[in-house]
Amino acid sequence: MKKFDKDRLILGLAGPALALVVAFLLSSVVLLLSDLSPLEPYRLMVEQIEFTDVQVLVINQTGIYYLAALAVAIGFRMNLFNIGVDGQYRLAVMLAAVVGAAVELPGPLHILLIVFVAMAVGAFWAGIAGVLKTTRGVSEVVSTIMLNAIATSLIAWMILPANLGVRPEGSNDLTTGEIAESGWFPGLSLDGGTIYGFTFVAFALGIVYWFVLGRTRFGFDLRATGASESAAQASGVDAKKMVLTAMLISGAMAGLAGMPMLLGQTHTYSLSFPVGVGFTAIGIALLGRNNPIGILFASLLFAFLDKTAEGIGLEGYPKELALIMQGLIVIAVVVSYELVRQYGLRRQQQKVGEELAAQARKNKEVAAA
Amino acid sequence: MHALVGENGAGKSTLMKILYGMQKPDEGTITVDGEQVTFSSPADAIARGIGMVHQHFMLADNLTVLENVVLGGEKLYGIGAKARKKIQEISDAYGLGVRPDVLVEQLGVADRQRVEILKVLYRGARTLILDEPTAVLVPQEVDALFANLRELKAEGLTVIFISHKLGEVLSVADEITVIRRGTTVGTADPQNTTTKQLAELMVGSELPSPETRESTVTDVPMLKVDDLRLTVTDPDGVVREVLAGIGFTIHKGEVMGIAGVEGNGQTELIEALIGLRDPDGGAVTLDGADISHAPTRKRREGGIGYIPEDRHRHGLLLESTLWENRILGHVTESPNSRKGLLDLKAARQDTERIVREYDVRTPGIEVTAASLSGGNQQKLIVGREMSHTPKLLIAAHPTRGVDVGAQAQIWDQIRAARREGLAVLLISADLDELIGLSDTLRVMYRGRLVADADPATITPEELGSAMTGAASGHLEHDENGESR
Repeated sequence: MKKFDKDRLILGLAGPALALVVAFLLSSVVLLLSDLSPLEPYRLMVEQIEFTDVQVLVINQTGIYYLAALAVAIGFRMNLFNIGVDGQYRLAVMLAAVVGAAVELPGPLHILLIVFVAMAVGAFWAGIAGVLKTTRGVSEVVSTIMLNAIATSLIAWMILPANLGVRPEGSNDLTTGEIAESGWFPGLSLDGGTIYGFTFVAFALGIVYWFVLGRTRFGFDLRATGASESAAQASGVDAKKMVLTAMLISGAMAGLAGMPMLLGQTHTYSLSFPVGVGFTAIGIALLGRNNPIGILFASLLFAFLDKTAEGIGLEGYPKELALIMQGLIVIAVVVSYELVRQYGLRRQQQKVGEELAAQARKNKEVAAA
Repeated sequence: MHALVGENGAGKSTLMKILYGMQKPDEGTITVDGEQVTFSSPADAIARGIGMVHQHFMLADNLTVLENVVLGGEKLYGIGAKARKKIQEISDAYGLGVRPDVLVEQLGVADRQRVEILKVLYRGARTLILDEPTAVLVPQEVDALFANLRELKAEGLTVIFISHKLGEVLSVADEITVIRRGTTVGTADPQNTTTKQLAELMVGSELPSPETRESTVTDVPMLKVDDLRLTVTDPDGVVREVLAGIGFTIHKGEVMGIAGVEGNGQTELIEALIGLRDPDGGAVTLDGADISHAPTRKRREGGIGYIPEDRHRHGLLLESTLWENRILGHVTESPNSRKGLLDLKAARQDTERIVREYDVRTPGIEVTAASLSGGNQQKLIVGREMSHTPKLLIAAHPTRGVDVGAQAQIWDQIRAARREGLAVLLISADLDELIGLSDTLRVMYRGRLVADADPATITPEELGSAMTGAASGHLEHDENGESR
């Protein structure tokens, strides 16, 4: 039955392809409406990728997006909408930075401690939403959005010099203090810059994600719950426990999203640490269809749009084009996936019918002969 | 009134979908009122006066009957007084007895079906398609439905209906078309055809009967339920007792049937036994082990097989492949997994075996469960549950929506497993099936087991009246046709 596999692959690719084409066309319309060349910015973006420093930037950003998008995808696989990845990620990286700066341990242990703190904080923050959902029936969408706002305020308060923050000499920025060198994750030095070492951990986690979901009992239970909660319950899955577990794992993964940058470059948390990663990741997980390979390509695309937008800004084009395109991709993705899904289901039903009819005809002929 | 009969996957539903514009034919023509037509969507079909009542009702529970009827048809008579008047008019004209202001969630199955019919008539349908309308009804309700349908016929409407129950088909239809594997194999005149002839036309073999001949009941108890009690709290805080004082024992090799009008606690009983609801009192013992409060997975592993009432909600992952569905419910058991890891190869192989042995008609195991016909989905579920040699099988409507051929097969499988010492709890709306398959019979009414009967002597009519609460205690067959 390889035929159905191939079909599924083609249909699987048709969704994103359709979405991307539509998004590009619509972006060109936006450019035309602003009296700009509809194609030139794309050419400039592609041109930039030849520079090695841009390549490094794109790859580093891909790793960050990849982790955050995996966090979102774990929720999605279970029909949980974890909007709070952004808050979980920021709170986790901040507290991990505080702990990392406060202690000094031999190399690997120091890094492990920072990573562990980040995962624990992310899981804790997401776990609040999980507990609220399982005990009080609060929608995780609402609670995670609120937790995002609380995280923002909490971070702003904690980073005050009176609390956990430090004000570096001659600067207006607030940081959490520098992590000692034993807590730096070594990177891969190239011509254009250094690729964060944690980026490779991110990609490895993609493999773990694939294995756990596709090859373990736990993963099967999680997917079954996402596909049909009632059927999963009847088959012996404890849905409440599953919701909580999925939230905890998703939060822990979200906590890791800040690690590439913290361990590889800044070595401190500051007010200029990127925000919004968790929201972009929702679009990436959607585009990548919660599939580890799909998410990888989607992260790469979004990172490419982000990092090459700077370049088109220099040529007089609005660099917000990248944001517009990302937004359009997300909208197009939602529409095109639903279209492709319905088409695929219908087509399969028809094909099954046809094959059965053909089988029946053959049987008849055999019987007649 | 035209009846369409045929095996599962024979193409009945596909034909209906084409008539209703949900699917396009490759060849051939459809003629309505002497005029050749092509439908590209259900809207076209509705415009031509064709309406469909689906097997699975498509109503919004939290809206009133009136709101459900006008939903999507707001342009016809508005949503206010005019619509209400029209609904009353239709309801009175055909004796449907619909109350426009009741919430749909408060209605029983038969009432919901009448709302569906009204919905279709409201849109001006002159030709009604009913997909297995009697599958969910008890005998008394079936009679009422047929009275409604005759009313419609008398008004000059055309009714096409699909059914597996040949007796009914013969009693109401004016003409019968039999299809098999996608082609018409014959038409029959109900006046001079017997159910047996019709069945033979359908499957090309003998009419199966659910009768169980030799008794295999042993005196080893398998499932013991003692004074089981379950309450639910309504949204407005009222505590209702849905199960009370339920007690019975099913022995190895015994099939116990429970008869009852739907909504009298059967669903809750099953859910309490499988662990989806936690009982408020009483004890459940399986093969000597107390499982009153054990989690569902424990019970499944402990040897409870489960053929759920609603296979779409509880038995299958519709958009997953057949082999993934084969794993569902038995993910911790061999051959599906070993030490926490799935064994995809073994699971796939075993799915192939189930497809072969249980005659699931599918081109392969990589297709989604949704693309199989209802009967074939059911065969897959039965195959899956039987593959783990259960000690106790909870079978809720095991042959609902399943054709005669597959029905016989499922009955055979239950009987064969029973000979090996399987205990079965059978719940079914098909009284012939209940009487034919069971070794002991109980009647459930308002959450209690109110009567018992001997399946060897009882008739469906006698059982039917006990189901409405008219009789209790031990039901004796009375030659005069009365039961006490």
